[in-house]
Amino acid sequence: MPTLTVDGVEVTVPAGATVLQACEAAGREIPRFCYHERLSIAGNCRMCLVEVKPGPPKPQASCALPAADKQEVRTDSAMVKKAREGVMEFLLINHPLDCPICDQGGECDLQDQSIAYGKGHSRYDENKRAVTEKYMGPIVKTVMTRCIQCTRCVRFAEEVAGVEEIGAIGRGENMQITSYLEGAITSELSGNVVALCPVGALTSKPYAFEARPWELNKTPAIDVMDAVGTNIRLDSRGRQVLRALPRINEAVNEEWASDKTRHAVDGLVRRRLDKPYVRRNGRLIEATWGEAFAAIATALEGASGDQVAAIAGDLAEVESIFALKQLLDAYGSTLHECRQDGARFDVSSPAAYRFTPTIAGVEDARAILLVGSNPRWEAPLVNTRIRKAVKAGAKVLAIGPEVDLTYPVEWLGEDLSVLGNLPEAANKTLTDGPHAIVIAGMGALAHEGAYEAARAAAAGLGADFGVLHTAAARVGALDVGFAADGGIDAIRAKASSLKTLFLLGADETDLSAFADTFTVYIGTHGDAGVRVADVILPGATYAEKPGTWVNLEGRVQRADRAVFPPGDAREDWTILRALSDPLGKTLPFDTLAGLQQAIAAAHPHLATEGLADVGDVPDVTAGPAVSGTIVYPITDFYLTNPIARASETMQRCSAELLHGVDYAEAAE
Amino acid sequence: MLDDKDRIFTNVYGFQPWNVDAAIRRGDWDDTKGLMSRGQDQLIEDIKASGLRGRGGAGFPTGMKWSFMPKEPKDGRPSFLVINADESEPGSCKDREIIRHDPHKLIEGALIAGYAMRARAAYIYIRGEFIREAETLFAAVAEAYDRGFLGKNAAGSGYDFDLFVHRGAGAYICGEETAQIESIEGKKGQPRLKPPFPAGVGLYGCPTTVNNVESIAVVPTILRRGPAWFAGIGRAGNVGTKLFQLSGHVNTPCVVEEAMGISFRELVDKHGGGIRGGWDNLLAVIPGGSSVPLVPAAQIIDAPMDFDGLKALGSGLGTAAGIVMDKSTDIVRAISRISYFYKHESCGQCTPCREGTGWMWRVMERLREGNADISEIDMLEEVTRQVEGHTICALGDAAAWPIQGLIRHFRPEIERRINEHRTPLAVAAE
Repeated sequence: MPTLTVDGVEVTVPAGATVLQACEAAGREIPRFCYHERLSIAGNCRMCLVEVKPGPPKPQASCALPAADKQEVRTDSAMVKKAREGVMEFLLINHPLDCPICDQGGECDLQDQSIAYGKGHSRYDENKRAVTEKYMGPIVKTVMTRCIQCTRCVRFAEEVAGVEEIGAIGRGENMQITSYLEGAITSELSGNVVALCPVGALTSKPYAFEARPWELNKTPAIDVMDAVGTNIRLDSRGRQVLRALPRINEAVNEEWASDKTRHAVDGLVRRRLDKPYVRRNGRLIEATWGEAFAAIATALEGASGDQVAAIAGDLAEVESIFALKQLLDAYGSTLHECRQDGARFDVSSPAAYRFTPTIAGVEDARAILLVGSNPRWEAPLVNTRIRKAVKAGAKVLAIGPEVDLTYPVEWLGEDLSVLGNLPEAANKTLTDGPHAIVIAGMGALAHEGAYEAARAAAAGLGADFGVLHTAAARVGALDVGFAADGGIDAIRAKASSLKTLFLLGADETDLSAFADTFTVYIGTHGDAGVRVADVILPGATYAEKPGTWVNLEGRVQRADRAVFPPGDAREDWTILRALSDPLGKTLPFDTLAGLQQAIAAAHPHLATEGLADVGDVPDVTAGPAVSGTIVYPITDFYLTNPIARASETMQRCSAELLHGVDYAEAAE
Repeated sequence: MLDDKDRIFTNVYGFQPWNVDAAIRRGDWDDTKGLMSRGQDQLIEDIKASGLRGRGGAGFPTGMKWSFMPKEPKDGRPSFLVINADESEPGSCKDREIIRHDPHKLIEGALIAGYAMRARAAYIYIRGEFIREAETLFAAVAEAYDRGFLGKNAAGSGYDFDLFVHRGAGAYICGEETAQIESIEGKKGQPRLKPPFPAGVGLYGCPTTVNNVESIAVVPTILRRGPAWFAGIGRAGNVGTKLFQLSGHVNTPCVVEEAMGISFRELVDKHGGGIRGGWDNLLAVIPGGSSVPLVPAAQIIDAPMDFDGLKALGSGLGTAAGIVMDKSTDIVRAISRISYFYKHESCGQCTPCREGTGWMWRVMERLREGNADISEIDMLEEVTRQVEGHTICALGDAAAWPIQGLIRHFRPEIERRINEHRTPLAVAAE
């Protein structure tokens, strides 16, 4: 614990801290470009120079200098001021100063720091350097003349994303950041380099020239593209969400977000359902809310408990799922299910199906067994945590088809039968270390008995067990009991006897069995569910409603409304509340607060944000040996839900990065 | 003047073959085992006592550098010796001569130095352009292995020691010790941040010492003849013999071994055949390779050629590569060319050097023609100060110093050009 003084202020910092961190602890701001808390130290921008005694009589790069006892650091001396002005001048001489046409304008580190630490005028009379643009894929737009060679993007790609596809070529003035061979960056985290870039060299391609940061309303929200529950900020102008940026949450997403999280937002304004529809003579006809409700009431006339069913989709929030369940309860129906993919596991207690090790806890694992999970696509930010663990020495073994997870993996086979019969070496790896984790994905849990077998294997190895969910709504829905005995197949089996089926944004399951069933689709996009719908009630997306989501580890998180739903669309729970009146099953809440109180009363662990204690994991008895080939649930990372499928950016990512369509030339 | 009997490099002109038999006849590999049997600590003490300072330019005491290496291997990591043969400094050509004609001095020195610092192996990083020299070195190392001087039980000492020759690809920056380590590891040659210093975390993350070729090649002779002999040559603090290089406007450019502290006049008169056109025709000298400031004629002529003597003149000994310029030299153009060299060789990693070297060169090019304003001289001087001391490695300093030297000593010349460039414009305007 070295104690040093910064501008005369004494601070004590943890051993291993740098001088820059010590300065921050002392309340001194140190300008920087290349330094980033979550990346390795490069020390190349030279902006963070400070005067340190004892030491050579020249300024030192504080980001790379270890803090030591009895150091005297000055950040306010003439030498430091001159050094910062000098470096700033060098950074600006070849920078185009095209701030008025730069998308980074208003949120640019170079702009901010040149105001604070620069000289205010230029002495450079020579020609400026120009650098050709590089192609980096559908997400990242480049204006490389603006680049200040801080190499944050290079380090991010190498260290966090695990794709060595960005690098610096050339020397001296001619050093350029490029994607080697000008290929698109094949990472599902590539959008983060845009956020890391301290200048406008790497900007967001879909967001290019859309808005200035000061025009935007910023709303805290929770991402629904996967079950991680990435904390995001939705930036909107008027009625449109223009971009999604991650908020820092060390326990969940650190400060990263996947490309889908960031860039599916253009799907919020396309293919939207903005009016109620009723199917008449085989055609969907625009209708009023009253007509739509009347049609539903007619269909449900005299329905008994086993004649009403509901399927909840992957994006729904807890409130609307709870409201839908209340409605079914009023009919005495238990035919409600949220596991569209047919996954089977114990839902008797919330503890049974959570990601028990927690997302941050993955980093501490020393051995990880993946069973039927491709975390790179199912939860990219869990994958970065696994990658971190691997860098700290963890071993990863996996059962499932081989995929590139960005770290070395020992593949044990594609068949589930390996689970009950782990090779000796694998057994040793998993039991050797102090902390092992077994992660079961939906690819495995779609098989009967796989859950029990994976639990048994974990117990045998003394390992933690976690279920890696793929849907944002899943854990919250299960927590409020939105599961049927026998799963979704039980509902399919009853298709012919159903009077009404409610689909709450359920588009990811095979609905052909319900072709002749009277189906009410409450949703946002003209997607799969609409094809079988007899009544369409337009709902709100995650950006358009305040609500609660529970992420895969069971973390309760609440979001605010960024924009209003388009047209006649309404928040889903208000639709259900309004519908309950004509059905004669009036739901007992009139406000969101009232609904949330009802949820809290029924499920106390959902009352407050954060991780609640849900008790011990219930015991399971292992069934007979399981077998079956694992198929990962996600076949196209970029098109996993109605919003993403409606998004032009995601369509383009899918076409170009996964299906090899060449957009690079077409763009010219 | 150095007596012939005190010369270390007895074959620097290649009058005899370089091969191992000839080298043994010249006294190399003579009882190497006996030298090593003095013990590792004693060897380091002997080198400390000899007063040998690093011959690569910085002049850091070699024995002290070796003593920074760990005595016990830490957590099983071996130690390494890296020998810097990436001689790319304009004006320098001494390591080339050693490798060409006396490679066994270097190889024997590598074994002894490696043993003294408890290194498992040594890497010789040889400049990419040294094609014939690399061939010689590969052959000489193979000879040494054949004779049992290297490998298991090297030279019968009971110590296992390997020597690898690694060829560079022609980047000046790979002469910087940490960039050289990166390059050997197969990465882009860019200097590392210090600390940690190579003695703690160096090649492949192991403790490493990087020494110049000459520093290592003189070690066996110093040990054979005793540290006192070496310390008795030259001035206090600047002892021993040194390979001087003379290039430019001397009548007979040469590489010559001389005593440290020899005066420039004696060096040039005895070995360089005098200045072209006589001493009165001397304009300036860059005494230590392109990266040190130039010294005008009046100051250099009777100055002692050693570390402290040249430091007192605001310059440095560097690699002792004297670039002599007579009055026919366009001094501004000469320095501008050096600026271009540093702009070209900057690795681009850190801001002041990446951006500053280009800026300085462009201003220098305009000053060469006089196409500038008088105030830009001070601006240029200030820019050099903004580069100097603000960079990761010393290349920024090396790019700044020649310009600072020029402005310090030849400001009237620069101003004259600017004024002359202006005048015809004024006439034409009328």
